[in-house]
Amino acid sequence: MSTEITVTVNGTEHTASVEPRLLLAHFLRDVLDLTGTHIGCDTSQCGACTVHLNGEAVKSCTVFAVQANGSEVKTIEGVADGETYSNVQQAFWDEHGLQCGFCTPGMIMTTEALLKQNPNPTEDEIRTGIAGNFCRCTGYQNIVNAIGVAAKAGR
Amino acid sequence: MPVTTFGESVRRTEDPRLITGRGKYVDDIRLAGMAHISFVRSPYAHANIKNIDTTAAANAPGVIAIFTGADLQEQLGGLPVAWLLPDLKQPKHPPLAFETVRYVGDAVAVVVADTPYQATDAAELVEVDYEVLPAIVNAERATKDGAPEVHPEAPNNIGFDWSIGAGDWDEVIKDPDVIVVKEEIINQRLIPNSIETRGVVADFDPGRENLTLYTSTQIPHLVKMLYAMVTGTPEQKVRVIAPEVGGAFGSKLYLYAEEVVCGIVSKQLGRPVKWIEARSEAYIATTHGRDHIGVAEMAGKKNGEILGIKIDLYANLGAYLSLFAPLIPSYFFGLMLGGVYKMPNISCHVYGVFTNTTPVDAYRGAGRPEATYVVERMLDRFAAEIGRDPVAVRRKNMLASHKNGRTVTLGVTYDSGDYKANLNKALEMFDYPAFRAEQRTARREGKLLGVGLCTYIEISGAAPSAVASSLGAGAGLWESAAVRVHPTGKVTVYSGTSPSGQGHETAWAQLTSSELGVPMEDIEILHGDTDQGQFGTGTFGSRSVAVGGAAIHKSVTKIIAKATIIAAHIMESDPKFVTFEGGSFAVEDIPDKTMTFQEVAGAAYGAANLPPGMEPGLDETSFFDPTNFTWPYGAHIAVVEIDQDTGKVDLIRYVAVDDVGNVLNPMIVDGMLHGGIAQGVGQALTEAAVYTDDGQLLSGSMMDYAMPTADIFPKFESDRTVTPSPVNELGVKGAGEAGTIAASPAVMNAVIDALSHLGVRHMNMPATSEKVWRAIQDAKETQRAARAAARNPRKQGS
Repeated sequence: MSTEITVTVNGTEHTASVEPRLLLAHFLRDVLDLTGTHIGCDTSQCGACTVHLNGEAVKSCTVFAVQANGSEVKTIEGVADGETYSNVQQAFWDEHGLQCGFCTPGMIMTTEALLKQNPNPTEDEIRTGIAGNFCRCTGYQNIVNAIGVAAKAGR
Repeated sequence: MPVTTFGESVRRTEDPRLITGRGKYVDDIRLAGMAHISFVRSPYAHANIKNIDTTAAANAPGVIAIFTGADLQEQLGGLPVAWLLPDLKQPKHPPLAFETVRYVGDAVAVVVADTPYQATDAAELVEVDYEVLPAIVNAERATKDGAPEVHPEAPNNIGFDWSIGAGDWDEVIKDPDVIVVKEEIINQRLIPNSIETRGVVADFDPGRENLTLYTSTQIPHLVKMLYAMVTGTPEQKVRVIAPEVGGAFGSKLYLYAEEVVCGIVSKQLGRPVKWIEARSEAYIATTHGRDHIGVAEMAGKKNGEILGIKIDLYANLGAYLSLFAPLIPSYFFGLMLGGVYKMPNISCHVYGVFTNTTPVDAYRGAGRPEATYVVERMLDRFAAEIGRDPVAVRRKNMLASHKNGRTVTLGVTYDSGDYKANLNKALEMFDYPAFRAEQRTARREGKLLGVGLCTYIEISGAAPSAVASSLGAGAGLWESAAVRVHPTGKVTVYSGTSPSGQGHETAWAQLTSSELGVPMEDIEILHGDTDQGQFGTGTFGSRSVAVGGAAIHKSVTKIIAKATIIAAHIMESDPKFVTFEGGSFAVEDIPDKTMTFQEVAGAAYGAANLPPGMEPGLDETSFFDPTNFTWPYGAHIAVVEIDQDTGKVDLIRYVAVDDVGNVLNPMIVDGMLHGGIAQGVGQALTEAAVYTDDGQLLSGSMMDYAMPTADIFPKFESDRTVTPSPVNELGVKGAGEAGTIAASPAVMNAVIDALSHLGVRHMNMPATSEKVWRAIQDAKETQRAARAAARNPRKQGS
């Protein structure tokens, strides 16, 4: 059984026939070949698969592709403006906010949404804001720094 | 990016691809005709396989093939062990079990299908008839008579019985004036949890009979060699590629069953296959760490002088020996029991014990965190017993500074260190007297505030191969590097190290740039592909810069030497009058005679005017085998505040002063330390693998295993002292594991310190709210009983 869906991803409209059980994360990775969205767990804990669904950060392993039908999705591949990085991407680079890079796409997508909601977060608000995303490499310190720097750059 | 210098915080060259979603991890590899694999794993910790019925699964949509352990028994061989202790029991470790399963997660069959969903669906339909056997998970209980037997080859489940020591502990404690403290030390089992799970793409080319194995590993070259050995494949027919690796922490340091199975299945089917480990699978199928049960004792005098340490340990090996499993709780543990102290008497006995659990092997720090925890926890326990400040006890027993080797109690030689200066720097940053004053005030107000220290030392830079071999290593532990200068003067470096987030591409380019005077963007760093470069060892044990970096330095040195001769020849001078600085060769005292590095590279390949007898080209390979390990050390200080009513521990301050020798890229080193500290704090406060008595992993998902999140940490305050290592010409020691080693004891010492006035002296990790709350209640009860007894002494006697 398949269902036809149309999803706009990073500004491009895609129509595909998918199984109803197909996760949005797998749709992005395996159907559209947008492999920047990573999958780090199977219980919606790690946040590596975070994307924006109609402007809100969601864990794309917890959304069925069919639920995204008619929606706008933004993934890590759509964050930079051509070769110009977003403030968040730039700050992650400048502040060494990543090591192995596997959690990074999800962390950046969460941060983009966080700063949209709260452009001027305190350190505590940053730490709470990214508590749904696991990083095993950085101890979060330089991620928190990067988010602070990105917030400042956005003001 | 211009030419860089050693010691500069250069931004990472890896990051542009990683912040834009262009990194290519194993799961991002798509090959034409690629099929997908799902493993059928045992739900029982111990059982005999009576029958496997694959009929229903074979008829499921998309299924291409199903193989059981019995089907592939001949081709798969047995998984290897690379560290052999005397009398080590080595039960056969089949990649797919075919008679008996020995832990939950032991794979028994493999399903190949067109899509991952189909493979997973069909794996559910494989019916395995198990005869369930009694299981054992606790390493100490496993050694007792009557315990279930994991392997017939290992009576009482003892895989090895190993001791190390010096001095005479029994003699020390005969003295009635000697104070001995004793505690049960449980270093709980941890689950590494790199955010990228493991994964393999195996691509057998039936025409050339070559196998390419893409795998998320720290050791591509060793995987290649070991795969060839266990499967009987000619080594030159195997190519292993470690693409982007999303974290490892020791858990990707072995030849795994899935790598062998995927390779063999690809060969059987003549097409590429992919296996990506689900997180729930990673919890049971990827190695775990730690899991020690021991009794530790420390002896000393009332004046604070420590006379010795003793530990009797049961180290859980899990169901099979993983590649380095025998090393971790033996030498990497026992050799560290002297810490940074004089410690004249050491007694260590370790049983390595088989149980019906996931195999246990290296996890960040690997043996050294466990040892440091024993030493540092027992030191504080001893200090409390004699009523002295733990800082004073540390100072009293610390080794004196040395620059070029000091042989310590167990016979190893620490490379260099000024341990007291390092501790002093940390204490100054922290302002220890001010904290103690604050703590007194807090206690008067009924608050629970505590400080904990850890002054650690560790073994890094593995390893001098001959020494390692004498201790049981089955492979050389040197590192290699090839530096290839192209005719245009651009440079490609191939390193045998293989990163999983450490930033090798940046660090190696920075090192090469600083030495050759070539801009970083002109240098390409290759790694993790066994067909692109010579054999190498890999990335683990904080070895990459100290051994791999030193190998690059060696090759660069050879390049400069050859280029100098060429430059001298062309400039009609003698090499001894030619200097090389900032990428330019010059003849001393003749200002207009210079050649750029790029011009010399062109001349080396043009070969029109080379010194007589010199071979063309500028391409050097080196193998660096160090003469000693390196020994990073440091002082970490943690402060916790505990909620009286809930037992919740808040880590409110963390100061770290590490000495990792010279530092190539401070930004990267700081980042590694932060991550290490977080993992150590995780062990102290949140993480624990928990099994039921019948071997079911209760903490088998990220919902149940408490991974530390950003909101539990304060901002770490870190600094350094620098004592260059004499072991390598770069003076570096390694920084990958320091944070993890230091943090668990520092935090636990802080927790106990916060509760010490209530009479609490020890607690095992993790210090969860429940455990701390119970300790507070027990301590209060004890105090109440003591007060009651004091009020009414007669009643107590009746």
